[in-house]
Formats: sequence, C-alpha cells, structure tokens
Amino acid sequence: MRDVAVISFAQAKNVRDAGAVNEVEIIMPVVAEAIAQSGLARSEIDFTCSGSSDYLQGAPFAFVMALDGAGAWPPISESHVEMDAAWALYESWVKIQSGHADSALIYGFSKASSGKLREVLNLQLDPYCVAPLGIDSVSLAALQARALLEKSAYSEKDFAEVAVRNRANAKNNPKAQLAGDYSVDEILAEPCLVSPLRKHDCAPISDGASVIVIAAGDIARRVCKRPAWIRGIDHRIEPHSLGARDLTVSASTRLAAEKAGVNQGPIDIAELHAPFTHQELILRDALQLKDDVEINPSGGALAGNPMMTAGLSRIGEAASRIISGQANRGVAHATSGPCLQQNLVCVLEGE
Amino acid sequence: MFQYRPMPAEHEPLHASFTLEYAYTRSTGPVVGRFLTGLRDRRIEGVKTREGRVLVPPAEYDPETGEATEDFVEVGSAGVVQTWSWVAEPLPKHPLQRPFAWALIQLDGADTGFLHAVDAGDESQMSTGMRVRVRWAEETKGFITDIACFEPDSNEARA
Repeated sequence: MRDVAVISFAQAKNVRDAGAVNEVEIIMPVVAEAIAQSGLARSEIDFTCSGSSDYLQGAPFAFVMALDGAGAWPPISESHVEMDAAWALYESWVKIQSGHADSALIYGFSKASSGKLREVLNLQLDPYCVAPLGIDSVSLAALQARALLEKSAYSEKDFAEVAVRNRANAKNNPKAQLAGDYSVDEILAEPCLVSPLRKHDCAPISDGASVIVIAAGDIARRVCKRPAWIRGIDHRIEPHSLGARDLTVSASTRLAAEKAGVNQGPIDIAELHAPFTHQELILRDALQLKDDVEINPSGGALAGNPMMTAGLSRIGEAASRIISGQANRGVAHATSGPCLQQNLVCVLEGE
Repeated sequence: MFQYRPMPAEHEPLHASFTLEYAYTRSTGPVVGRFLTGLRDRRIEGVKTREGRVLVPPAEYDPETGEATEDFVEVGSAGVVQTWSWVAEPLPKHPLQRPFAWALIQLDGADTGFLHAVDAGDESQMSTGMRVRVRWAEETKGFITDIACFEPDSNEARA
C-alpha cells in the first residue's frame, strides 16, 4: 500500500440559500483556496474527482458545468461520483494506490436551496415500492429514531444533548450555518417536526462546497509539514429495503470501521456525518468510540449539511486538526442514502 | 475570502418554474412485477429465502446472503407496526393530506417490515405493536399505491 495523506482542506461557508450565486461560483474560490494551501501548483495535481447530484442541480450531467470551477484547461484527468464527495476521495485514493496518480483534488458541492430537499431525497429510494409513496427524508429518519428510542436505553433527552453539543462546538467553526448555545429543556419544549424528531434533531438545509487535496508519500512530506495520513479507508452498504434492516444499529459502519482499523490505536477526535441527532448515537456505538473521544469539534452535519459534500467535510475537519497538531489520530465518517444506508470510515493519523 | 454577495435589487434573478423529469420506462422484472400485479388483484405476495425468511416487498436476492430467492408466498393484508413516525403537517406528495403516520409493518406471515402510511387520525392512536389492516385504493392498477394506506385493525379493537 502507498502512503497517502490529506494535505489541504477548504470549504465555503454553509448557508441556507446562496441566492443567485451558482455552483461554479461557489466552487471556484474554495478550489483556489485549497490549492494555494496545498503547496502544489494546479498543474502538479494528477487527478480531479468530484461528488454531486444531478437531482439537486436540476439538470443531467450537471457536474460537467461545475468543472469550470475546478479548472479543466489545459485538459485534466477527471472523474465524478453521484455520491457524497467522500466517495470521490475514496476513488482518488484507489487511483493513487493503483499508481495512476500521485496527487488528487477532490471537491463536492450542492445548492439544496434550488429545490425542496425533503422531496428531492425521495428520488433516491426504491422506485417501485417506496418512492411512489411520497415519503420524505425526515419521515424516514423519524422511523429510525423511534425504533432506537424503543429498543435502546437512549431517550429524546439524549437526542437533544447531541444537538446542544454540536451547535455549541460550531461556535468555533466560522463556516458553520447553525451555531449557538441552546439548552436541552428548551429543545425538548419544541413541537415535533415529524414525531419523534424535532427541528433541532435535523441538520439544516445548506448550500456549500468543500475541497480536499491528497498526495502520496514524498510529495505530501515535501509540501506539508504534518500530513494527515490515511491509515485506513473502507465503505460498506446495507440492503436497500428498509424493512429488511435493523435500523437501530449500523452494521455497515461497524464493518467499515473494522476494515479501516479504527480501534487499532487510540482515537482523539471523530467527525461523524450524522444528519440527525439519533444517528450520531448509532454511529458512536457502531464505531465503538470511547467516552474520551471528542466528537464533532466542527459541529458536524448539524451545524451545516451541504448535500454531497458534508461527508467530505468530515474528513477535511478531522484532517485539518491533525495537520495543525491539535489531534494525533482521528476517525472521519460519511453517510449516504436513507437511515445510514451506506457508510464510509476513514482513519487519519499524524506522525 | 469568498463572500456571497446579495444581488442588487434592480438585478433580481429571473425565475421560472421547472419540473425535472427523467422519462425512463422501467421493466419491473419477474419478482417485483409479480408483486405489483398481485396488488392489482388485491393480494400481497412475498418471496421466501433459502433460510425460509419471507421478504415483503419481495426481492430477487436474499439481502443477507446474496442468494436468489425462491418461492412466492401470499401474506396477510394485516400486520403489526414495528416502528412509526407521525406527520402533523403532510407535504404535498404525501399520500394523505391530513395528519397520519408512516410505519414499518410486519404483515402476517412476513419476516420483514413493509413501509406504508397509516391513517390513524391522531398520534395518540399509534403505538408500536398495534395491528393495522390494508385499505385498498378504489381502483387498483398494479402500483404500490394500490394500497391507499393502512388503518388501525378494527376487528382487534372489537375483540
């Protein structure tokens, strides 16, 4: 295996509605920032890979337009995933492992404000037995939340505590959309959005983009004082039929964590892509994180959840704390699909 | 650092309504197709895995092992709520335009949860473990929406 590290991370401020600013205009300055910070010239980066969704952008092959924001002249070697860009990072890591590249630029973006996100996410569901029912993303998550409440020791108070901690952590994140001091009692006094979930249990709807640069061995060491080495990365998926799964656990996260070697060393920080509070509890258990692990110092997806890149941002947030020396070994997680259907786990370490 | 700039008022962006559609025609295949045809005839069929688990809705493969599934079996049109969520304010695309529940329902004879809406009237009428029964659409056409929704099983309430 080749040593590969995250050497740079940048993201746009997460906002509810970027207005007339289009995807290219959101991406371009973030790509420029990530490249400048990487110490590599644009022409030195071998491979470019992005994550986005046509359904969010409202046009087929919409990612091609976004390439203008990443810079595609002179011609570049490029690929795209119709997934969170954390999976674009995985593809880039494989590309580097295969010897076809030594460095890569990865970006993800979306403007959920262009549509009705709860309804747009319906389109990722089974087109025969589920999508035609018109079920939305929050209703699906609420089914999982109730199953967890009834089959575990967790309560709605535990959900609220997750919201309070993430939003408080987000006060230190200048790119966060939602940050502040809330109390558990204040949150529990709110009405449910879709019972048993309250608005505070749900990630905000966000527009945004994020960018990571990764590089192999000597290149990473040359340009970065303390690269965040990818010690393990793995992703797993569960059956698409919700009723065939145990929604109260995350079997795919657990397996990915084993394969990525999460518990082969002490973990300082975890950045978990949990768009709903109860999902953070499920993920903590699946990753078998100890009580002293700092979870979501950035505020996580509850502080800002641009679709198709909030997972990549988790890797970036964990990596940037290792690069800065604040943390030594961290785990980052990304999810995709309804009720944590598919999960990616990445272990990062300084040296 | 990049800042989002509000557009000046005299340059308000143009707006137009747009419905995104991908006009694909899908073949439902021998398993899902048979299930949907069954619904047209007001019959719910699942499929058996080699281990003997009954999947509803049916799948062409066992999600646990990846093996092809085998025989079709008819399951009941009533079952038990495994988990549920309550929608106080339905969205335009929801199947009911009054407060209702979404639920995973284990139909009698099935081993998996079947997702659908429950027309229970009030959240206080919902509970995990309650029995619910299919309410068929007036006209059935071979779609999942041939089941209009489920409703609390009144036979149980009387018993």
